[in-house]
Amino acid sequence: MASSDFDVKYVAHLARLKLSPTEEQKLGTQLENILSFIAKLKEVDVAGVEPTAHAFPLVNVTRPDEVRASLSNEDALRNAPSKANGLFVVPKIVE
Amino acid sequence: MLNHLTISELTARLARREVSARETMQSCLDQIQRVDGQVKAFLSHDSADALAQADTADRAIAAGESHRERPLLGVPVAVKDVMAVRNHPLNCGSKILGNFRSPYDATVVEKLRAAGAIVFGRLNMDEFAMGSSTENSAFFTTRNPWDDTRIPGGSSGGSAAAVAAHESIATLGSDTGGSIRQPAALCGCVGMKPTYGRVSRYGLVAFASSLDQIGPFTKDVRDSATLLEVISGIDHRDSTSVPQPVPHYAAGLTGDIRGLRLGLPKEYMIGGLDPEVKASVDAAVAQLQKLGAEVVEISLPHTDYAAATYYIIAPAEASANLARFDGVRYGARVDGADPIQMYCNTRGAGFGPEVKRRIILGTYVLSSGYYDAYYLRAQKVRTLIRQDFLNAFEKVDAIVTPTTPTAAFKAGEKSDDPLQMYLSDVFTISCNLAGICGISIPCGFTKSPKLPIGLQILGKPFGEETMLKIAHAYEQATAWHKERAPIAG
Repeated sequence: MASSDFDVKYVAHLARLKLSPTEEQKLGTQLENILSFIAKLKEVDVAGVEPTAHAFPLVNVTRPDEVRASLSNEDALRNAPSKANGLFVVPKIVE
Repeated sequence: MLNHLTISELTARLARREVSARETMQSCLDQIQRVDGQVKAFLSHDSADALAQADTADRAIAAGESHRERPLLGVPVAVKDVMAVRNHPLNCGSKILGNFRSPYDATVVEKLRAAGAIVFGRLNMDEFAMGSSTENSAFFTTRNPWDDTRIPGGSSGGSAAAVAAHESIATLGSDTGGSIRQPAALCGCVGMKPTYGRVSRYGLVAFASSLDQIGPFTKDVRDSATLLEVISGIDHRDSTSVPQPVPHYAAGLTGDIRGLRLGLPKEYMIGGLDPEVKASVDAAVAQLQKLGAEVVEISLPHTDYAAATYYIIAPAEASANLARFDGVRYGARVDGADPIQMYCNTRGAGFGPEVKRRIILGTYVLSSGYYDAYYLRAQKVRTLIRQDFLNAFEKVDAIVTPTTPTAAFKAGEKSDDPLQMYLSDVFTISCNLAGICGISIPCGFTKSPKLPIGLQILGKPFGEETMLKIAHAYEQATAWHKERAPIAG
């Protein structure tokens, strides 16, 4: 049973993921179990604790602003599912 | 049989011109031909390309190049299907990449080539490195070389099985929550996760960017040190690689660990730890004491929260990283009336069940209204977990634990229960959250069936030298690493 605040359809839309009705049902149940497992973090007192995004945060990592070799247009398009005139082709976006 | 050699044995013979790189490569290819129908470690390999690289290495050796300058000259090294090798397929064990071929080499691959290695083959893995058994591969499940009804571990199951079945001299894998150490333990080889930032991630397809790290699978600890030295170092194409000098790791393997302090975390001796695994780890600890190490009990109080923390942070990062697989620039596109439908259709058809599960979970914990309760809280608990380790490392030089709670489980045993599968990584997850280094080495076998057991040694941030020294001293005093899976011949 999916809980009232976990709407698998809504989350799947956010994730741009098409799910079959069977998948929706199965994922709903499995995620309910996983969410109740991770809910144990609520026991931990985190008052005043800074979050860790990276174990070794390096800041302002830059390199000299020099032109360097990079992928050629041809290489970048090599794996494209659809291409034309040196560009990726996608479904029409603007009417 | 040349495929049975270690890197150090092979390079000594190559240097003396007793054997050629071509013969060695051929011997690995013959082994693949003989056993991989059963083991299924490789998704693909290109024999002609591998032999051509071997010939190049043989010419370099004939021209007088030495292993001092190029420590892997003529050594076959196969890679997990998550690292880019120019003009080779790259699928991440997934269908969504279709017929993708890499347009460039990952930094680790460049470094392997510069060191003279023969880089070959695509090793099987759980899809996008999400899993602990290779059962989440979209192609097939790799089998444990010690027992083909069992899984090799994962996600780098192909990398571990290929070394254990002697199909390659060494391999590379990647480790986000145990994906190198867990399969190394279950297959009976040496697997190391370096400190976060030690090895460049450029050209490694990202799963969880703050946790992922590439590392070696080898037959012994010396080879692990050799391979680590080759692949380590800062890379300006990975802004998270750390500008720390790279030591000559193999030179630190003195065998002398007298006076080193080892911590045993009391929180790791949990229920669910198999008695045979516990007995082997206890015996290993006694052996380390005999070698002169001092053993003390330590506490890592937030251990019990590591798995929950990991299963928020890793899926959250994955949901963002995997947004790039949308059918626009590469991979198997499934058309739709507009771009959104195309994304949904492509991703719905291309991703397997575990990847979908983690994308949904990750998207949920990052979504508006839940971010603070899940993701931010998990990042704070991560701070506490890291602090546990840093506190412990003020008292000890390394930490010793079992790598896994049990030996290799049966294929199908946990594949329907994602949570049980997640808990098989309970001893390896904290290392990634804390950003420290860890290694798994063979420390025994279960009786019946005979399955490998792994000892995990965790080191300080950038403490690989000491960690390797301890692992090597233990290995030299025991013979577990010399045992060979029957199928390896």
